[in-house]
Amino acid sequence: MVPRTTFNREMEELSKEITEMANASKTAFERSVQMIADMDFSLREEIRALDKRIYELNEEIDKHCLDIIALHSPVAGDLRLISACLKMVEDLNRFGRYATDIAELIDDFEEGKAFKRFESLRTMSCLVVGIVDDAVYSFLQRDAIKASHLHERDDAVDALYDTIFREILTYMMEDPRKITVGIDLILVARYMERVADHACNIGEYVYHMVTGERLDPKLRTGNVEQPACRIFEHPDPRTELDLK
Amino acid sequence: MMLSRRATEMVVFALFRSCAVLVVLALLVLLGYMLTGGLERLSIEFLTEMPRRANTQGGILPAIVGTFYLMVIVLAVSVPIGIMSAIYLVEYEQSSWMGQVFKLAIYNLAGVPSIVYGLLGLGIFVAYLGLGFSLISAGLTLSIMTLPLMISSAREAIAAVPGTVREASYALGATKWQTIWHHVLPYALPGIFTGIILSVSRAAGETAPLMLTGVAMSLHRLPDSFFDSFMALPYHVFYMATQSSDLLATRPIQYATALVLLLLVLGMNLFAIVLRKRYRDKYRW
Amino acid sequence: MTIAIHTEDLHVYFDKNHALKGVSMDIRMNEVTAIIGPSGCGKSTFIRCINRMNDLIPGCSVKGKVMVDGEDINDDDADVVDVRRRIGMVFQKPNPFPKSIYENVAYGPRLHGVAEMVDGKLKRRKHTKAELDEIVEHSLRRAALWEEVKDRLDKSGTSLSGGQQQRLCIARTLAVNPEIILFDEPCSALDPIATAKIEDLLVDLKKDYTVVIVTHSMQQAARISDKTAFFYLGDLIEMGDTKQIFEKPQKELTEQYITGRMG
Repeated sequence: MVPRTTFNREMEELSKEITEMANASKTAFERSVQMIADMDFSLREEIRALDKRIYELNEEIDKHCLDIIALHSPVAGDLRLISACLKMVEDLNRFGRYATDIAELIDDFEEGKAFKRFESLRTMSCLVVGIVDDAVYSFLQRDAIKASHLHERDDAVDALYDTIFREILTYMMEDPRKITVGIDLILVARYMERVADHACNIGEYVYHMVTGERLDPKLRTGNVEQPACRIFEHPDPRTELDLK
Repeated sequence: MMLSRRATEMVVFALFRSCAVLVVLALLVLLGYMLTGGLERLSIEFLTEMPRRANTQGGILPAIVGTFYLMVIVLAVSVPIGIMSAIYLVEYEQSSWMGQVFKLAIYNLAGVPSIVYGLLGLGIFVAYLGLGFSLISAGLTLSIMTLPLMISSAREAIAAVPGTVREASYALGATKWQTIWHHVLPYALPGIFTGIILSVSRAAGETAPLMLTGVAMSLHRLPDSFFDSFMALPYHVFYMATQSSDLLATRPIQYATALVLLLLVLGMNLFAIVLRKRYRDKYRW
Repeated sequence: MTIAIHTEDLHVYFDKNHALKGVSMDIRMNEVTAIIGPSGCGKSTFIRCINRMNDLIPGCSVKGKVMVDGEDINDDDADVVDVRRRIGMVFQKPNPFPKSIYENVAYGPRLHGVAEMVDGKLKRRKHTKAELDEIVEHSLRRAALWEEVKDRLDKSGTSLSGGQQQRLCIARTLAVNPEIILFDEPCSALDPIATAKIEDLLVDLKKDYTVVIVTHSMQQAARISDKTAFFYLGDLIEMGDTKQIFEKPQKELTEQYITGRMG
């Protein structure tokens, strides 16, 4: 029998909670992008519900981590997990918030059509969904290598954002009636860029949790991997992975 | 008959109490007997004069002095040897087979009857070593007789000193002997005194060894030296009770002598008890 | 950073039982080094090698080198008495002598006398009363006990509370001016406040002495030590900076032990 049953139970609870939150955040963001792509506005309700759950979990996990620190003096791997959780919940929370913001922003078909027009926007959304996916999975699988490569793709996202901004600017200048739509699309792009940044933060926390070292963001390997864009193929929501 | 638990408790403790009362009663009866029988004879003259007229008159001073000297010899011989043997047994030969052999020897010696010791004394001290019928022969015999008791008590006392104290002493850089001298022995002193009290009390009352090593029936003088002949209180009681000229008339003398012996032993024990208390207070755990 | 204690391939046998299996480690001067591990892992056995206290246990044999100050104290020629003066030990259960507080602290110095160079030769003489008084006061001050007992130095050492008794034992050890002080679970018999006082004292002592502490409380090791060594079943598993051991242990076994998952 492994001793410290109360402590182990608490750690397992925490793991379940953070896994649920990570999955919920990821799903919320994916749904928001999907909403624009398919112009399926029914998804808005799901996103709102997920955001609410994400907010609750944020509070629960925060409190749970402090309880464990106060009562059980965690060290080594346990301590690094808790440190990662405390930091991650903030970034996961942002996923939910931005997902909701995007959902609220896009409310008619005009924008949906405009979205389809800008290929760069579609590319960016694919990229960001991929980064979010990998960030969450690097946590679930405790994969430090995966976590360490997120930064490279973030650079591409930032570059794409600049491109999109100029494109939409031109679009708006062509026809002043398109300004409203244009601004909304710029905001969507902005939110997605922020989501990518937050996902990279998560990568840093995961790297530290697994290796105990800090990831140096200034290291660039110049290898930008572009995973196939899954969002337009309606992927199945992935299930919770088994933790060790 | 099934008693309730409460009733059993009461019965059992009543039994214990009655046993204790019995013991005290026995002591009181003994004292009573001696007091009523001998008090009339107890006087300053009795204690300070030589016996006259075949012990029917006068005092028992030589017997008192004789017993006292015997006790001095016993103390001088058995206490140091007893303590040193005990130290050796506890500190130097803890678990080896030699230690076991020693322990066995001591237990057996303790069970030997005193008359056998008397014979031993006669053979070795009186005859072989040529010490003759003297205080020294009797004293040495008594010493050997009380040695097992002394060693056992001292051994218990020394072994009772906690090992942590020894460890602390060693850790400060003390040698084994320094540790024994500065810590083990002083803290074992109360227990050793208890051993002394028991040994002296036993030795003071033994008669058989005395008879075989030369106690005299009546002397008109005190011994000059340890090689001189002597009288002793326990033998005096025996002699007066069995071989005096008029048994009935001398009964008071018998009781009085016994009383004096008791008081003498009590006096010596009291002295040891006072010393023991002093050391108990000095080294409070 | 100089090395205070260097052990090389240290083995200890209790009759047939192989209690310590080839332990090689360095303990640095003026640091607190903690030794942790489950019961029976050999930690007490290990530190008792350093001041040759294992010699007192019948059936115990020690092999290997223990170098202190360039000398192997395990050598047959080594002066055990001097080793124990230079390397003091404080035990798990406070064990002051049932003598007065003054006598407790003065015992050590009295044993060893004062070493002086007289005409080029090393001689030992007895302390004067003034010198002893000074040593007693200094030791009790260093052990953070002086203020509490300065008015009752003649009272029995056993009349003090548990925490005070332990500090008295520490003062007693300090009085012989050691270089290294070994602590064998010094706080396990004490309440939390007394423990905290002694922990503060240990951290303070490292300025002048090398401190080695065996503890079964990992939190204590984490709180006060600079280096931590983890023993398991007679082997030294891992040793390193305390922060590293408790945040990023290198060995799996160490992680299991300190997270409490050693069943």
